[in-house]
Amino acid sequence: MEEAITIALFALLLVMAMVIGRERNLFSAAMLTGIFSLISAGLFTALDAVDVAFTEAAVGAGISTVLILATLALTDHHEAHDRLHPSKVNWKAVGVVTLTGVALLYGTVDMPAFGVADAPIHEGVAKHYIDHSFEEIGIPNVVTAVLASYRGYDTFGELGVIFVAGLGVALLLGAGAPSITSEHPHLPQKSRAPYVREMPVVRVVTKALLPFILLFALYVQAHGDFGPGGGFQAGVIFAAGLVLYGLVWGPTALERFARHRIVERATAIGLLLYGGVGVATMAVGGNFLEYGVLTPEHPQHGQHYGIFLVELGVGITVSAVMLVIYYVFAARNVSPTRSSAPVTLPPPPMSEDAS
Amino acid sequence: MIANLWHYGLVVVLMMTGLYIVIAKRNYVKKMMGLAIFQTSVIMLYVTMGKVTGGTPPIFVQNDDGTLTEGIVYSNPLPMVLMLTAIVVGVATMAVGLALVVRIKEAYGTVEDDLVTELNREDEARRHLSAAAQPIKESKS
Repeated sequence: MEEAITIALFALLLVMAMVIGRERNLFSAAMLTGIFSLISAGLFTALDAVDVAFTEAAVGAGISTVLILATLALTDHHEAHDRLHPSKVNWKAVGVVTLTGVALLYGTVDMPAFGVADAPIHEGVAKHYIDHSFEEIGIPNVVTAVLASYRGYDTFGELGVIFVAGLGVALLLGAGAPSITSEHPHLPQKSRAPYVREMPVVRVVTKALLPFILLFALYVQAHGDFGPGGGFQAGVIFAAGLVLYGLVWGPTALERFARHRIVERATAIGLLLYGGVGVATMAVGGNFLEYGVLTPEHPQHGQHYGIFLVELGVGITVSAVMLVIYYVFAARNVSPTRSSAPVTLPPPPMSEDAS
Repeated sequence: MIANLWHYGLVVVLMMTGLYIVIAKRNYVKKMMGLAIFQTSVIMLYVTMGKVTGGTPPIFVQNDDGTLTEGIVYSNPLPMVLMLTAIVVGVATMAVGLALVVRIKEAYGTVEDDLVTELNREDEARRHLSAAAQPIKESKS
């Protein structure tokens, strides 16, 4: 049964990937990438990776689809026809892909069979995490224990990457464009928001769902110790809820609720909170991010406090970075400085056999 | 033996579909979509390796008195942790890529790879021409 579900999901993913490749309407392709992410989240669940599935569903079907749509609003909706390679299949690329694929398949032949319990990957630290994390950390969700405590350095680095990526987007697109603030009341008229706002179904459903989305994000944030969830998922879900509000009522309305400047600062605050917990543990006399020293008489409690604070930092930075990215894309959309002069090139020279 | 490896095979086929889109498609937004498919497949490869047959998600099952229930097989949490953060980092880096695409659109007026290359080549040719014309002008004056 499980195998049948896995095969069906894989087949759907393959079909979806091929349709994304063939689809010339980029708007449709963007929607299909959202569906692709949702199906892959289902596959992750079938493979027992519930936390990964959670993240993929929130990120892939929520944020990245919005990002692609925002990019399409600033670029072209349709993929141009390839003038140099009018035939549908690029055989050179097929050759490269086939060679790479065969090499990778050859590599998998030596791998341990799927699902065997004594594969090398399950030895070492993974075994230690499953056998001892409950007495050492004291929380049921092993993924959260590894993420925030055992591999806290790693997660700190990943959070730094997310912060830098948000900074990069803000530097690439934020400079020169007016920031969306209430001081620019003329901005929303130029955006597409009014059309969406006129749809009663969208309005009502968004307004009814929004409190539950935000509440669910807080639940995921606080409940990450006991079930699937944590700062990464909560941050993305929180941002997705706010972005939904921005999509329907326009970025200016959202800005009234979540000030651009405050959100920009929050990207750094989360990272500083994470690092601050590490510095605090050092000040008490332990190592960086060694939460146990916070409450020496009961190290498990220290782990709980440390993981809670660190996950809070992750949630703040992730949601703030996603919001900043949305803001700069939306501000670019209404920026008057944008030049959109169409480029025309002479038709390609006729090949000799055609003439 | 081979019969138990088909998961990896399917992941590789999916990965190669994404790679084909990245290589063969000229539109930069389409290339980013291909890259997202490729990334999801890589994540799937890692997660596939962590699965244990008959296992449950790595969240401890507790008895009523708070002790752990014995004899439950858990899947490997380590690949999940690594991939969870990779997904969020992936969307952040994808935003950087899309921001670059927007800047390319503003600079060139197109997001098609062949047109951008051609415009670059024209630009280069024009620079060469003006560089060659420079000494003639000076000698005339």
